[in-house]
Amino acid sequence: MDRLHHAIKDVHRLDDLAARDTPLNRLPPLAKLVSVLVYLIFTLSFPKYALTGLLGMGLYPILLCALADLSLWDTLCRGRSVALLLAAVGLCNLFFDRAPVLDLGLVVLSGGWVSLLTLLIKGMFSFLAVYLLIATTGIEAVCTALRQLHVPRVLVTTILLTYRYIVLLLQEANRISTAYALRAPGQKGIHFRAWGSLLGQLLLRSMDRAQLVYESMLLRGYHCGSNASAPNTHARTGGVPFAAVTVVYCLVFRCIPVFELIGNLF
Amino acid sequence: MHMADALLAPGVAGIMYACSTAAAGHSIHKLDKDKEDQLVPVMGVMGAFVFAAQMINFTIPGTGSSGHLCGGMLLTAVVGPYAAFLTMIGVLLIQCLLFADGGLMALGANVWNMAFYGCFVGALIWRAFMRKGITRKKIIAASLLGCVLTLQLGAFSVTLETLASGITELPFTAFLAVMQPIHLAIGLVEGAVTAAVLVFLQEARPSLLWQAESADSQKQPMTLRGVLGVMAVLAAVTAGLLSLFASAFPDGLEWSLQRLTGSTELEATGSVQAFFARIQSLTALLPDYNLAGSESAAGGSAAGLIGAAVVLAAVVLLGKIIKKAAHRNGSTAPRH
Repeated sequence: MDRLHHAIKDVHRLDDLAARDTPLNRLPPLAKLVSVLVYLIFTLSFPKYALTGLLGMGLYPILLCALADLSLWDTLCRGRSVALLLAAVGLCNLFFDRAPVLDLGLVVLSGGWVSLLTLLIKGMFSFLAVYLLIATTGIEAVCTALRQLHVPRVLVTTILLTYRYIVLLLQEANRISTAYALRAPGQKGIHFRAWGSLLGQLLLRSMDRAQLVYESMLLRGYHCGSNASAPNTHARTGGVPFAAVTVVYCLVFRCIPVFELIGNLF
Repeated sequence: MHMADALLAPGVAGIMYACSTAAAGHSIHKLDKDKEDQLVPVMGVMGAFVFAAQMINFTIPGTGSSGHLCGGMLLTAVVGPYAAFLTMIGVLLIQCLLFADGGLMALGANVWNMAFYGCFVGALIWRAFMRKGITRKKIIAASLLGCVLTLQLGAFSVTLETLASGITELPFTAFLAVMQPIHLAIGLVEGAVTAAVLVFLQEARPSLLWQAESADSQKQPMTLRGVLGVMAVLAAVTAGLLSLFASAFPDGLEWSLQRLTGSTELEATGSVQAFFARIQSLTALLPDYNLAGSESAAGGSAAGLIGAAVVLAAVVLLGKIIKKAAHRNGSTAPRH
């Protein structure tokens, strides 16, 4: 069950990344969340043929990767599933949009190629921005930011609890899968006769665990009005300048053909 | 079925966020306030369960492929539609943030496509079937029908949202012809897995099933006949929409023939596209943005690409310098 192993590893890895002390990690979560949302809106608002304009939006994640001390290449590799999905959708454009739209001198790119490249670049930039958010912030801090944005407490607490129990249940599912695989060597996946009992047992254990969690929370004085999100332990500053710089950057690169102007100098 | 950010225009993403937010607000409002304290931990743990359960592959008999659980329908059958919907929002947000399954801007659309239909349409079907008590056959029928129908609705929504965003040049009917049959097969497999789990639950601990205790005492807003009626109306509306699009767009084969014979290129001129294009033009910061020296939005000249290459290379270099400086100062932990 590679998927389960990978999922557990990914959760731990992102937790470790979020716990580091880099300039980006030190920023307030709300500023990072708002900045990422602004960046995504601007990036996705580029028309499907605006390839050169869109490339300007790449500076932001590249710089942030450096500030967060993350390898750009490794991070990009983590988004390969997103790239595959987008390529599958965008490949159709090659056949349906053959009008030439970009003359590079030696090569003339059709609308299909340009829109495919734009789609892939948009997807990778969006992925990088979200990955940087979670790798430098962590789910618990994102939940704190959501509360600051007045997202209802019941929803935020549910997200937080789901996150806290994910690793536990992934490990339990992994144990069940391993036990099954040991009893049925060479078999791919779970046989249909065992579908119900295998997942059903996990479900029953989860429900029992939920009851225990509820009782434990009650014993600690929990009620739905109490704040279950992680306390913000670090004194964090620089959020407003960071968000302001992000907005200015997005506006500049969305409204002014910066690369076109630089390219004309050569 | 998770949509990535790049598949949606900001206008469409915003509309889907608004729809999902309205459904979430309604769900929070409808949650039983007396049981809310008790429900929240259950929702949290069940969200984690769905997450873990979806990672397990189930072999489909007679084929080499595998499927997984349908989260929305299962959750609805256990905790009811409102708690299930809120739980699914949590699951989808975590999938998006931790595993890049769907984008942050596309979260509203993903919640609508997967959680809304799975939980609320799934609940209608579940209630209609279980109105006069829960039996094994009814569970299997409700699970299969629920999963197939909700996945079909979700796939249809994905098609509409992608086309409304102007992402693909694929004609509507061709896109639909790809999406719906794939999700019909997926729905059947997910329905079978979900039915197997719910049948087990009915045998092992029937009290856990939604409405199992008081199926007769609770208000039943819709009978099976009513649900079938609603579905018939939905089918008619869907068929009507499809026929509208079908009349506006030739199918893939016709289009190919048109291309081969040199006739006009297919254009997306449907009312839905026009509506969303209008929204996008209103929300776009610079709708007429074109690069200099070019008639097209692609920027027609190589100057932009040269500039991009130079600046991106400079920024990558700058990034490396920043990282080296940071490591030299020893201010950061070892790199991951």
